[in-house]
Amino acid sequence: MAAYEPVLTKHVGEKNSYTLDFYLKNQRGYEGLRKALTLKPNDIIEQVKASGLRGRGGAGFPTGLKWQFVLKDTPKPKYICCNADESEPGTFKDHVLMERNPHLLIEGCAISCYAIGAKVAYIYIRGEFYHVQEILEAEIEKAYKAGYLGKNILGSGFDCDVYMHRGAGAYEAGEETALIESLEGKRAQPRIKPPFPAVAGLYQCPTAVNNVETLCNVPLIVLNGPEWFTAIGPEKNGGPKLFCISGHVKRPGVYEAAMNTTLRELIYDRAGGMLGDRPLKAIIPGGSSVPLMLPDQLDTPASFDAIQKAGSLLGSAGLIVLDDTVCMVWLAMNLLHFYRHESCGKCTPCREGCDWLFKLLTRIESGEGQPKDLDLLFGVSNNIVGKTLCAFGDAAATPVLSTMKLFRAEYEAHVREGRCTLPAPWRAAHPMLAAH
Amino acid sequence: MSFHPSMEYSPARFHKSERELAEPGGEFTYTPQNQAKFDANVARYPADQRKSAILYALYLAQNQQGYLTAAAMAHVAKQIRCTPAEVEDVVSYYTMFFTKPVGKYVVNVCRTLSCALRGAERVTRELSEAIGVKPGETDASGTFTLLEVECLGACDRAPVVMVNDDWHECLAPEQARAFVEEMRTKGRAAFTGCYLNKETKT
Repeated sequence: MAAYEPVLTKHVGEKNSYTLDFYLKNQRGYEGLRKALTLKPNDIIEQVKASGLRGRGGAGFPTGLKWQFVLKDTPKPKYICCNADESEPGTFKDHVLMERNPHLLIEGCAISCYAIGAKVAYIYIRGEFYHVQEILEAEIEKAYKAGYLGKNILGSGFDCDVYMHRGAGAYEAGEETALIESLEGKRAQPRIKPPFPAVAGLYQCPTAVNNVETLCNVPLIVLNGPEWFTAIGPEKNGGPKLFCISGHVKRPGVYEAAMNTTLRELIYDRAGGMLGDRPLKAIIPGGSSVPLMLPDQLDTPASFDAIQKAGSLLGSAGLIVLDDTVCMVWLAMNLLHFYRHESCGKCTPCREGCDWLFKLLTRIESGEGQPKDLDLLFGVSNNIVGKTLCAFGDAAATPVLSTMKLFRAEYEAHVREGRCTLPAPWRAAHPMLAAH
Repeated sequence: MSFHPSMEYSPARFHKSERELAEPGGEFTYTPQNQAKFDANVARYPADQRKSAILYALYLAQNQQGYLTAAAMAHVAKQIRCTPAEVEDVVSYYTMFFTKPVGKYVVNVCRTLSCALRGAERVTRELSEAIGVKPGETDASGTFTLLEVECLGACDRAPVVMVNDDWHECLAPEQARAFVEEMRTKGRAAFTGCYLNKETKT
């Protein structure tokens, strides 16, 4: 395979890579916008459709279609909401893009606004990323001064504003309708769909909600053409993709690759292999909300379709690598603590179910589990899946169902021996679980 | 219960729910600088959508006073032109707002999977012993508040600790005690957040 040349993150390690001057000099900065403004908005949507760009936030929905659904014949204003609420455990790719290549996102926002007929884009950034927000605010300011944002951009008569909006600590705000609710100044809780945001989104106006990495691909597609994009990676899974690799590897980090790269290449070549050369036990390929994969699936290409075929999901491409010291009951407990804390509380099965799952897992992990608890875990999980407004419920039950399916023997051993059978040295003997 | 005018009404006296009432707090208004910042921020949203600025307005109030009191929330309600109940509705949902006084340094340890795999549970334990408080508490001198938070989104630099708005990355359990000492003596200079030297680090 020919060496892959990164396009999104090629310069992120270089000095001043976040500045406007650097972007203009080294990345053909704002040429995509200049070109886009000579095209008809609908032509841009057609180009993005032809490229087959799929949303990088987790669902993998075709971006061009999402834009096409945005209501056209309406007197209401339209909006682009950029989802920068990166909170999926194991995901940190947007963090790097915004911190080291912010102008690519700003340009992507401007082109997307032009394509769907919006005049305003809000970048909803999670509250914890304040240091990233400061960089973006400063760079947006420079883009205004240079005439790439604001009134009559590059003399085309097109006006566009890009604003930052800071969240305040809520995983659920990453769900597109919950993000809109939060932007409107309410609790980040999902809405009933339909109507979809494309019809009635922000302020009940037509809205497209797109992930940071998705929008960063837009200037590249406009500039290099859809054929260039589809030529990278396998069919229907084209384009550059960022993979976040964390956990028990030697070099955790963000790696850019085409989606025909296998999980083995990502973990053993790019991330340097297993920490301490220990054996691999399992991989979570797409952020904490997707089913686990086993070492015998390492040769699966890391694409949306191939991972789905292998029984999991690419999700946000957050690979969490687990070695043989990881207790799967502990893992489920750790993640259910997360889901219990982050459940927005709107749907009863999720709000109550996550709490019960966490309590049951804590009981089993601390050695007080009873044989009937395993069936109870299964029952509670299945009473959450498919019974909630958004995908959170399914996501929360996944760590339990997936570990029970693949590692049931570990659960049984915990109950039988009345203790955790795999207490790893990197864990605390008595984790301090504060009440929430 | 009667609300006859002759009867004294006091929310504290008749409060029956499990929800704790917010601390009343002293009189609160924005400083002129914060008022100017708020006015600039609210202009980013359509004129009839002032409520969009509520998170920003709450951050301003919290930064001005350290935490949010009932008086601060009432002031935010006045600015947003909504009811104090709507403000409390928002405050009680988001984790980054405090309704009790917090220490000078709010130490947030990420406890979710990727950080936990690299020793975050032990980091919390070490920090807890070094500071002398349990997670969720503030020490007697008001210097440190220790909190456990969910995934901060920098799993490659695990374990991650966020102190106020600054980050400290790759904090091994063995370094945790020294880190507390450094915060005491050096303040902000103790943090290694990548953005602090973003021009050289990859």
